[in-house]
Amino acid sequence: MTHVFVETDAAGKVTLTSAEAVTFARTHPNLLPDGGSATPRGVAEPPSGSTEGVVIGPLSDSAVAELGRLGVSVIHHLEHPDLEAYSAPAWAQAIVDITPESGMLLASGTPRGMELMAHAAVRAGARMAANVIACDEEGLLRQVHGGTAFERLRLDGDLHVLTIAGHACTPEETTPIDPEVYDYDLTVAEADLATRVQRTEVEAADDASGLTSARAVVGAGRGVGSENGFSEALDLVDHLGGALGVSRVVTGLGWRPHAEQVGQTGSRISPDVYIACGISGAIQHMAGIEGAKTLVAINTDEESTMVQRADYAIIGDLHEVVGAVNEEIVRRRG
Amino acid sequence: MNVLVCIKRIPDIAGAVTLDGTGTGIDESGLGHAMSSHEECAVEIAIQTAAATGGTVTVLTVGPAEAVEQLRAAVAVGANDGILVEAAAPSVFGPEDIAQVIGDVVRDRAEAGQTFDLVLTGDDAADTGDFQVGIRLAYDLGYPVLTNIQTITVADGDNSSGTDPGGGERSSGSIEARGIGPDGTEIFALDLPAVIAVHEGGVDPRYPSITGRMKAKKAAIVEYDAPEPGTGNPRIRLELPEVKASSVTILGEGPEAAPALVDVLEEIGVIRP
Ligand SMILES: Cc1cc2nc3c(=O)[nH]c(=O)nc-3n(C[C@H](O)[C@H](O)[C@H](O)COP(=O)(O)OP(=O)(O)OC[C@H]3O[C@@H](n4cnc5c(N)ncnc54)[C@H](O)[C@@H]3O)c2cc1C
Ligand SMILES: Nc1ncnc2c1ncn2[C@@H]1O[C@H](COP(=O)(O)O)[C@@H](O)[C@H]1O
Repeated sequence: MTHVFVETDAAGKVTLTSAEAVTFARTHPNLLPDGGSATPRGVAEPPSGSTEGVVIGPLSDSAVAELGRLGVSVIHHLEHPDLEAYSAPAWAQAIVDITPESGMLLASGTPRGMELMAHAAVRAGARMAANVIACDEEGLLRQVHGGTAFERLRLDGDLHVLTIAGHACTPEETTPIDPEVYDYDLTVAEADLATRVQRTEVEAADDASGLTSARAVVGAGRGVGSENGFSEALDLVDHLGGALGVSRVVTGLGWRPHAEQVGQTGSRISPDVYIACGISGAIQHMAGIEGAKTLVAINTDEESTMVQRADYAIIGDLHEVVGAVNEEIVRRRG
Repeated sequence: MNVLVCIKRIPDIAGAVTLDGTGTGIDESGLGHAMSSHEECAVEIAIQTAAATGGTVTVLTVGPAEAVEQLRAAVAVGANDGILVEAAAPSVFGPEDIAQVIGDVVRDRAEAGQTFDLVLTGDDAADTGDFQVGIRLAYDLGYPVLTNIQTITVADGDNSSGTDPGGGERSSGSIEARGIGPDGTEIFALDLPAVIAVHEGGVDPRYPSITGRMKAKKAAIVEYDAPEPGTGNPRIRLELPEVKASSVTILGEGPEAAPALVDVLEEIGVIRP
């Protein structure tokens, strides 16, 4: 059996990357010789099923229905006053407490997913593989070197702990199931609360969360020229109701905040369209935009990787081109 | 406050790579080397924290003999000394082994009289990207751990001398750490000793000064030999992604091509009415 840690957003909706992870679990074979046991630790009456969700905190009816559409048959619902504020060890222990001795435990490759799976792996005495993109009879395949190469590997042990790389698969609905929801009586150890979040300041990360959910992202790289070179790109963001994403050169020069960075060490995004302006297409940047459905490049260099990898490109100065695109949008609006 | 930063020597990749003869690694000939970018920020945080508390920064790496270059690069920007744990074939070590080796060295240094109040790592190494050495190390040392942290400030009333006046359990003060969570900037308060895994973006790594470079040449590097790995590396081989032929449609050159792009955006349906 495969357990998937499911992240939900402030509105109680299953996040896109968690929907991807659930789909991954449902559509890939379980690598354990016997498919894993069905006996979660510490549960008197073991629930059965193949793809099971684990949700910590409030569980909305819409999330239950959504998980059902994604093929989740059982939801393990972990709620406890001490789990309201995030503390990785406490959350991970709660996950481990209901994880079978053998099977697969996975989460999406978000910061939370990575951290929780690593804690859970240590606590369950298991190995962990991060950023997995495929799984077949030969073993696992995961991204390494920032997406430049893939590693084939085999985990030993009875419990395999994985995180799924963002956009390794597309969320896929199946014949809807009405998932059984199991609630647990948990105990949380005081020692596991030392690293609890004390408080959250909301404004700073608004950019990052807007970036990962935007349908249209305008990318801006070193080609904008200076701190003051973003006006055309920002106007386009406005016309598209989208978000601005930037390269690491841009954040490194202090032109824009790190929350806007896209790539291996920034956000991984999956908009309907990504319009890369003055970005060369370094492998570490491409790692963040693999999920984009349509890729547009605006660049002076026709030979640049970004242009070569794009679906559509305009060769030219981004200030002129993006300026003209904005004017054209305004003109058509009438 | 004495800070230990764990850094890893990694190949500096700009474009496509090729595999080495064994098929289990990339061909590093002709590639430069660096430390991972999260670790550059960890080194910067360590330097600032040590400066604020009158402490020291030690950098540690488990790697080939050449990894001494990355230790010296860290000294050049302000670290005090380095620890090289030499592993002839670092790729046979799994993340469990690396954490174990570092944990053993930390204990050995403590016996030799060198203790650390804070151990910093990166969130993930830029090559293997295992996302777990910092967390496994924390469990090995019995310290609390945070990941995805961008800045650290030393809390008031810091007692970083490493000795508890009451003769009880060692207290090395406390810190406030900030990182980006799913709903905003998350703030943590933590008693030391602790392990913190850093994510780039909160600080600007400094460049080496001339005096820094001079110091780096003479810096004290303590050397250890890594033991045989216990758990080992689960890697079977590396594979390279297929190189897809370009299928780009060039819409045109310069501003005249703008209407063609607006057509595409209208087609996708992303223009706000
Ligand atoms: C471990 C590691 C992690 C990294 N993580 C990331 C990451 O998360 N995200 C990231 O982005 N990078 C990351 N990088 C950096 C990456 O390798 C590149 O250095 C970076 O992406 C380059 O940014 P750029 O495309 O803006 O700049 P450049 O590579 O300098 O490209 C500028 C482009 O702009 C074009 N241009 C110039 N002038 C104009 C103009 N007037 N109009 C139109 N086009 C113009 C040029 O032709 C060129 O293609 C990482 C690197 C490492 C080693
Ligand atoms: N060989 C190594 N030597 C020193 N530190 C390491 C080594 N491998 C990993 N680390 C540290 O652990 C962090 C996470 O690495 P990983 O879990 O391998 O992705 C890195 O950013 C480093 O700070």
